[in-house]
Amino acid sequence: MEAIIKDMGFIIGTTLMYSTPLMFTSLGGVITERSGVVNIGLEGMMFFGAFVGATVAYYSQSPWLGFVCAGLGGALLGLIHAIACVSFAAEQIVSGIAINFLGSGFALFLSRLFFDGATQTLTIPKKIPLPFSFLFGEGKLFQSAGFMDLVFNRFATVYLAFFLVAVVWFVLYKTKIGMRVQAVGEHPEAADTLGINVYRIRYGAVMTSGFFAGLGGAAMSIAVVSRFSNTLISGHGFIALAAMIFGKWKPQGAMLACLLFGGAKGVEIYLGAKGFPVPSSLLAMLPYILTIIVLVGVVGKTTPPAAIGRIFDKSGK
Amino acid sequence: MTAIDFSQKIVEMIDVVKKFGDFVANDRINLTVHKGEVHSLLGENGAGKTTLVNCLYGLYRPTQGRIRIKGQEVEISDPNAAIQLGIGMVHQHFMLVDTFTVTQNIILGRETTKMMGVLDIARAEKKVAEISERYGLAINPRDKIQDISVGSQQRVEILKALYRGAEILILDEPTAVLTPQEIQELVMIIRNLTQEGKSIIIITHKLHEIKQVADYCTIIRRGKFIDTVEVDKVTEQELASMMVGREVSFAVEKKAQQKGEQILAIQDLVVKDNRGIAAVNGLNLTLHKGEILGIAGVDGNGQSELVEALTGLRKVAGGSITLRGKEITGSKPKEVINRWNIRTIPEDRQKRGLVMEFDVAENLILETYHDTPFSVRGMLNRDKIYAYADHCTQVYDIRPTNPYLTAKSLSGGNQQKVIIAREVSNDPEVLIASQPTRGLDVGAIEYVHTALVNQRDRGKAVLLISFELDEVMNVSDRIAVIFEGKIVGIVDAIGVDENEIGLMMAGGTP
Ligand SMILES: Nc1ncnc2c1ncn2[C@@H]1O[C@H](COP(=O)(O)OP(=O)(O)O)[C@@H](O)[C@H]1O
Ligand SMILES: [Mg+2]
Repeated sequence: MEAIIKDMGFIIGTTLMYSTPLMFTSLGGVITERSGVVNIGLEGMMFFGAFVGATVAYYSQSPWLGFVCAGLGGALLGLIHAIACVSFAAEQIVSGIAINFLGSGFALFLSRLFFDGATQTLTIPKKIPLPFSFLFGEGKLFQSAGFMDLVFNRFATVYLAFFLVAVVWFVLYKTKIGMRVQAVGEHPEAADTLGINVYRIRYGAVMTSGFFAGLGGAAMSIAVVSRFSNTLISGHGFIALAAMIFGKWKPQGAMLACLLFGGAKGVEIYLGAKGFPVPSSLLAMLPYILTIIVLVGVVGKTTPPAAIGRIFDKSGK
Repeated sequence: MTAIDFSQKIVEMIDVVKKFGDFVANDRINLTVHKGEVHSLLGENGAGKTTLVNCLYGLYRPTQGRIRIKGQEVEISDPNAAIQLGIGMVHQHFMLVDTFTVTQNIILGRETTKMMGVLDIARAEKKVAEISERYGLAINPRDKIQDISVGSQQRVEILKALYRGAEILILDEPTAVLTPQEIQELVMIIRNLTQEGKSIIIITHKLHEIKQVADYCTIIRRGKFIDTVEVDKVTEQELASMMVGREVSFAVEKKAQQKGEQILAIQDLVVKDNRGIAAVNGLNLTLHKGEILGIAGVDGNGQSELVEALTGLRKVAGGSITLRGKEITGSKPKEVINRWNIRTIPEDRQKRGLVMEFDVAENLILETYHDTPFSVRGMLNRDKIYAYADHCTQVYDIRPTNPYLTAKSLSGGNQQKVIIAREVSNDPEVLIASQPTRGLDVGAIEYVHTALVNQRDRGKAVLLISFELDEVMNVSDRIAVIFEGKIVGIVDAIGVDENEIGLMMAGGTP
């Protein structure tokens, strides 16, 4: 019995660890797409953020400084995306693809420059802290390696991700700026006739999405692991994008979708650790297969923001 | 009765010019509106009415000219500036966010907040309810836009302007989308507003509405200022002539009919609608050469399904359609068009009549692009296509005369001309015209009617489907009344009694 509870704790813990970096990025996706701008560059932004986070954390010895800089790095790529698609009316998908190449290319280039030609950083001296570690261990409230420890003794970024879900939800649905973001994503011409600056809102939303994706990358490189490497992100940005879509463009939906994916990952790792007699490469497919099944079977029809991907151009008037 | 205060000029637009590139959409237009006045802007589609009010609302910058609001010369650089000056506008295409509530739409851009930008929806709802009560604009502040009627949506648009303290309200073709009852409600609302000292600029091309609500009328023709007249002192006929620039006949001129042999016969036709219910249910009809057969009926009695069955867009569930004695039931749309030479002016010109992103020339060859000379061995011959389009824009008077313009940049009337050019120029045996004048102004309506009559005079058959009884009675030689998917009566148009038809349309027997 105790063993089962412990196994459960292990799976839940791993789920949280893997799903929260996705959550940051997915929230970024929600923000940009609700403003009407498609951002498939999330992958590149996450990749770049992972690199910047690890590098800054390595040199400054401050994981938090690395974390914030990762966000800023992502926001910088967001700025490029916004200039291309908001100001110059570029095709948003194409710009997003370019951002993906740019983010990874730039990160690897800088990595070679800073770390002696290596495509990975050195191990950072200090990871993101475990804020509640004082509660667990010999003679503390909870014993170590028990259920509570496995589930709740997690990196600060895990808690931060859930907190941000609540923040984004509140801002989007309960504040003036959130209402304007939604209006711009649904009917930019209407917003324009009411004196709302569509361009400014979209710039803000796209850069914020870059910031969040950067945080997501850093949550991988300086919390889940302790260095950046070129295979660290491999597709997580796209998963986060998918999670945003089948979370129906809602922060809470994106959160659940990320948890689902993380959960599948948790089960995969658990089965792998238990020596389950299935080849590991097959097990590794589990999260993706589960994602597709849920997407097709459970979620049903989703309606994106009405003006998504559409260029808003009021020049010449 | 009128509430005009002639001592106060609220809006003065003086010699306003607006160019788009080389194209002059507004050519020295003058407009003066007093406090409490209802001023209508009259002009054909594409005359430049929307452009003019967009200049007033700060959506466009005038190329030249001056604007004064309450005597002050102003520069209106964007809608915010217009709102500050007390100008509100209800756009021709509503500017509402479908997924938002009434209240959210009204406060957008002028949100009521507690601290730090947190919305205070409760206070906003109260305010909205207050304004709606004060001006008699019934609305539930919590309804979502996507769930309410078009008439209610329009009230939301008006409330949006009033919420921002508008004293000048611009209504761009507000009645185009409304039912007759809703139009009467709007008239009441406009009267209320002027009693409260608001000034109204209303764009419309329906003459009797101008007579009903407006005090003054400014007429614009092809971007040029024609005149401003006092509405009580002119007739509808005079307004129409000023708008179009020539005498307009409301009656359709027709030669005596040369009725020929029967060409199309429909027997016991059954067609199901999307829900699987028989919308056309045992319909019988014959069409002869040299006649216009009008189908009168209230919307939703199977007209759309009948047209779709005839054109091959919808499956026939029973009965037969024969052309010159030959069975053509179940033909594919392409066969109907190219083999049987039955052409259609569809009900929805933007959805089915045109590819809005294509240019005029491409739209003109949609049905014949695969034939010589437009294509040779599978390659399009652009020179021939555009030469042909040049010819069509001349012959069918499509304006502007530029075959490279996209269909969506044309006015409704000119879009319809493109469709007519395409359908008629192939000399169809049968022309089906479904709601061919919906949303068009008098000049364009006259054009369409003439095109139909020309077909008939050339000995071809025309099937006209319209919800406008006037139109059916004016244009047709014979009138068939459709009710619940059946033809319930056929009468000759000459000497017909309107009441008799009206009764049949409602399902009564004469
Ligand atoms: N943004 C624009 N760019 C180019 N041409 C335009 C633009 N807006 C309107 N036009 C043209 O100006 C003319 C007047 O249009 P509009 O003011 O919409 O007419 P209406 O009187 O029907 O409201 C039309 O020929 C239209 O094609
Ligand atoms: Mg207009």
